[in-house]
Amino acid sequence: MNDFFTVSIIIATLASGIRLAVPFLLAALGEAVGQRAGVLNLGVEGVMLIGAFAAYYTALETGSASFGLLMGLVVGAAMGLIYAFITVVMHAEQGISGIGIYLFGLGFTDLLFQKQVGTPRPISGLQTKPFDWLANDTGRAGELLFSHTVLTYVAFLLVPVVYWLITRTTFGLNVRAVGENPQAADTLGVSVNGIRTAAIIIGNTMAGLAGAALALEIGIFQQNLTAGRGFIAIALVYFGAWRPVGVMTGSLLFGIVSATVLQLQVQDVISGSVSSIANMAPAVLTVIVLVVVSRRIGQPAALTRPFTRDG
Amino acid sequence: MLKMTDNQQRSSVGSDTGRLLRPFAGLVVPAAAVIAALAVGAILLGVFGANPLTGYRALFTGAFGGPDELAATALKSIPLMLVGVGICIAFRTGVINIGGEGQIIMGAILATLVALAIPDVPRPILVPLVMIAGGVGGGIWGAIPGALKAYSGVNEILSTIMMNIIAGFFMSFLLEDWLIEPGAIRIQQTKRLSYNADLPILPGGTRLHLGIVVALIVAILGYLLLFRSGLGLRLRAVGHNPHASRSAGMKVELSITQALAFSGACAGIAGAVLVFGSESHRLIGEGGPLAFTQSAGFNGIVTALFGGLHPLFTVLSSYLFGGMLAGGISLQRVVQVPQALVIALNGVVVVFVVGSLKLRARVQRWAEGDIQMEDRA
Amino acid sequence: MKPRLVFRLFLALLAVFSLAVAGCGNDDDAPSGPAPATEAPAPATEAPAPTEAPTEAPAPEPEEPFRVAVVAPSASNDLAFTQSMYDAVNSLVASGQIAEFAITDGTFIVEDAAAAIRGYADEGYHLVIAHGSQYGGPLEEIAPDFPDVSFAWGTAVDTFGLPNVYSYSVRSDLGGYVNGVVAAQLTESNVIGVVGPIEVGDAKLYVDGFAAGATAQNPDVEVNIVYTGSFADVALAAEAAQSHISAGADVLTGSAQMVVGATGVAQENGVLWFGTQANQTALGEDIVVASQVYRWEVVLSKVVDQVKAGTLGGETFIMTFEDGGLDIQFNDVMDIPADVLASAQATIDGLSDGSISTGQ
Repeated sequence: MNDFFTVSIIIATLASGIRLAVPFLLAALGEAVGQRAGVLNLGVEGVMLIGAFAAYYTALETGSASFGLLMGLVVGAAMGLIYAFITVVMHAEQGISGIGIYLFGLGFTDLLFQKQVGTPRPISGLQTKPFDWLANDTGRAGELLFSHTVLTYVAFLLVPVVYWLITRTTFGLNVRAVGENPQAADTLGVSVNGIRTAAIIIGNTMAGLAGAALALEIGIFQQNLTAGRGFIAIALVYFGAWRPVGVMTGSLLFGIVSATVLQLQVQDVISGSVSSIANMAPAVLTVIVLVVVSRRIGQPAALTRPFTRDG
Repeated sequence: MLKMTDNQQRSSVGSDTGRLLRPFAGLVVPAAAVIAALAVGAILLGVFGANPLTGYRALFTGAFGGPDELAATALKSIPLMLVGVGICIAFRTGVINIGGEGQIIMGAILATLVALAIPDVPRPILVPLVMIAGGVGGGIWGAIPGALKAYSGVNEILSTIMMNIIAGFFMSFLLEDWLIEPGAIRIQQTKRLSYNADLPILPGGTRLHLGIVVALIVAILGYLLLFRSGLGLRLRAVGHNPHASRSAGMKVELSITQALAFSGACAGIAGAVLVFGSESHRLIGEGGPLAFTQSAGFNGIVTALFGGLHPLFTVLSSYLFGGMLAGGISLQRVVQVPQALVIALNGVVVVFVVGSLKLRARVQRWAEGDIQMEDRA
Repeated sequence: MKPRLVFRLFLALLAVFSLAVAGCGNDDDAPSGPAPATEAPAPATEAPAPTEAPTEAPAPEPEEPFRVAVVAPSASNDLAFTQSMYDAVNSLVASGQIAEFAITDGTFIVEDAAAAIRGYADEGYHLVIAHGSQYGGPLEEIAPDFPDVSFAWGTAVDTFGLPNVYSYSVRSDLGGYVNGVVAAQLTESNVIGVVGPIEVGDAKLYVDGFAAGATAQNPDVEVNIVYTGSFADVALAAEAAQSHISAGADVLTGSAQMVVGATGVAQENGVLWFGTQANQTALGEDIVVASQVYRWEVVLSKVVDQVKAGTLGGETFIMTFEDGGLDIQFNDVMDIPADVLASAQATIDGLSDGSISTGQ
């Protein structure tokens, strides 16, 4: 009965964990960029839902998952523009406006779904597996590495890309500057609001992508499809201390622990009401790991503070 | 950009009008924001084939249309007030508490356990006891991320979000087995709890119960704690500048833990009120944690920030927010629109109003002829 | 933020609300009383009943339009629990048994459902259906306040001894058992996976029935059960299905609304699927073998007739195969062996005459 410790099951569980990590990773990387520029977005969950619905609905109507993906990105960017207007131009309290965006996304996508789609209708999602041909020849490790859909590779590729963007480019330098000391950046001629707007748009586009990835991977939409993943993604930004690699570690930890809990139930190692206890494991372990590692890295100094010249 | 607008307005309208408008200046912008939000909502309603005017009438009368409605609004606002007061304490100490949801749940669980353990204690003793138990449960659940932040450097946003998840599964676990009501159909709820623990209905013929008094007492205590006690002074000092506070000899770690513990306690009391002031007088986990908490842990953040992080003004903003929630139920019933529309409308109103606050400050300054500059403290 | 300014903001909010209401107050000559009830339109009915003062009569007159309200926890088109009731009420509207029908759906917050139930009862609806097990707690307290209104509550088996409460339920373990019997014959790997939400209520009943049926048909079959801990998390349900498949399952089933994630995975991997609560063939014509379907109209029709006759409650209805409230719908497109279909029918017959038990 207990086959958990066979190699193929372990490989399958790890692969499952990687898949579960993708939406966290995409959303959290985006949120990290925004926070590096000093803007907290508690509305990630709402933007993910909007991106997910846009991608799903477009794919449903046009039959093209790629076009759906594109729409997920576009509405993510559009939500970024709106959020930038609210927080950067109007200087709105970021905590509240984020929750407002969340409520709006939660209700609005459900509304559109009920009005435009009705009952859940499956779509053929984005199932392209670019490296599938490698998986067969490279044994079990190959299965773990090469059996994923294209968005999984995109998500993990974005880790070095975001790292490079933040640490190696002028834009990244400016992002960090306006996140740490916007007044100083302003005196040096950096457009604080411009950089923040750009960072917010990047962050929200990635949140839209995270939602789209979720919808296109499962090939369905339903009310509250994201089921709290946006909030977990925010938590993982803090887990990763605003560093792309840290965010990736957190996402993988959360995903793999979730997958392990599922597999342990399949293998009947845990069953019944114990599974509710086991389902806590990802959340518990994320906190414990951080306690053990215990690194004190301060947040961007100007996080949540709107920029004014005289402030 | 905004400065230019100021100048344009000043030159075109003139200072006489400005003086005339002065008393209303603070009202114009938020009023416009609410109208704009309601206009967006009207489009949503219209798309659904409902008459927006009928809808908004239902929303308003459902929230403030009579004694029963005012009471229903008050009932919806109680958990918001309690969580909101807690949020005031945490945020003023510089600690972000997103863990209201989990703290509500743990407060409710501990209060439920007390009611199950000693059901026969007379009401005048049992009611305060279960409220205190709620406060203790939530307080512990708040103190944990507080201590983790203070002594281990674990960011509280991370830990409180995770503690919400843990609390949700813990409630589900308890209600699957240990605390589930015995019966043929397994529903994730306790049995009806002791009548002695019911929050009594207040006189007046409405459904309003003692919970509102509890919330007001907690708000006043929260105010006294924050602004009229040495402890509150220390908390706010830490929130204002932790480094200076440390230099001044304050125990910053202790203050952070205390703040989250108090904050969690307020939310925990909300959890107890949600159990013993509910129609069912049970702890219900069926339908997920949000079905029980009503998202008060999140909405309380909104009301606290709208209330300027002041406990007494948070009471007021919670009442208005509660009106939106109670009116939403009536809107849904009268106009027959999906609940999703009500949620989306809530989001739009929150975004528009919060987005307009700074603009309002500017308009007000303009109307007062720049005489009174807004203090930036 | 200055508190004083905040206070003005609230005044502004109130002022605007008042304006909005004053602007549309003309269409109704009633004072600002607490009951906007009478102008409730009912989109579900073809011909809305004329507005009528809430009745105080214990039982409606025969010629009086019969008004029914439903309060339900999920969307009325969820292809699962709420839709099954929504369709049932609409079919009674079509047959003329119900004149007017209002629904408040998506009220997963129990206290909001309580408020809606109270509201409908207050507005003089003759029958208020609380379509969610979790609504029983509040209903027990609300029903005595409205002795002239009939309430129906499900899925449940308890009327609290109240004379104006019906309860209704369905033996979902029966359909689960039949699904299990069929599944055990179609599996080649002898491994079957189940994706459940939380181990309670209707879902547990179905899952236990399914496991009992599968192992009764073939003791060598291994039924692996995963409860994801959530009714909402579609992605986790999808991964649970993946986990089953990686452990060798070639037949899957599951209960609750998040299984749409699992059916997608089944489709992708060419794994068979068994549905419950509604006909899920639309989720995958190539893979959905059979679905257990609830026909609440069977119960509802009886309840409406009894309420019209003046009996407001006190009875529990449990739907089974015999009364037609429960049905197994096979996928017409799929080529299912005749002997398997025959065994399903034999199982239904056996469950009905008592020669087979699900162990529940």
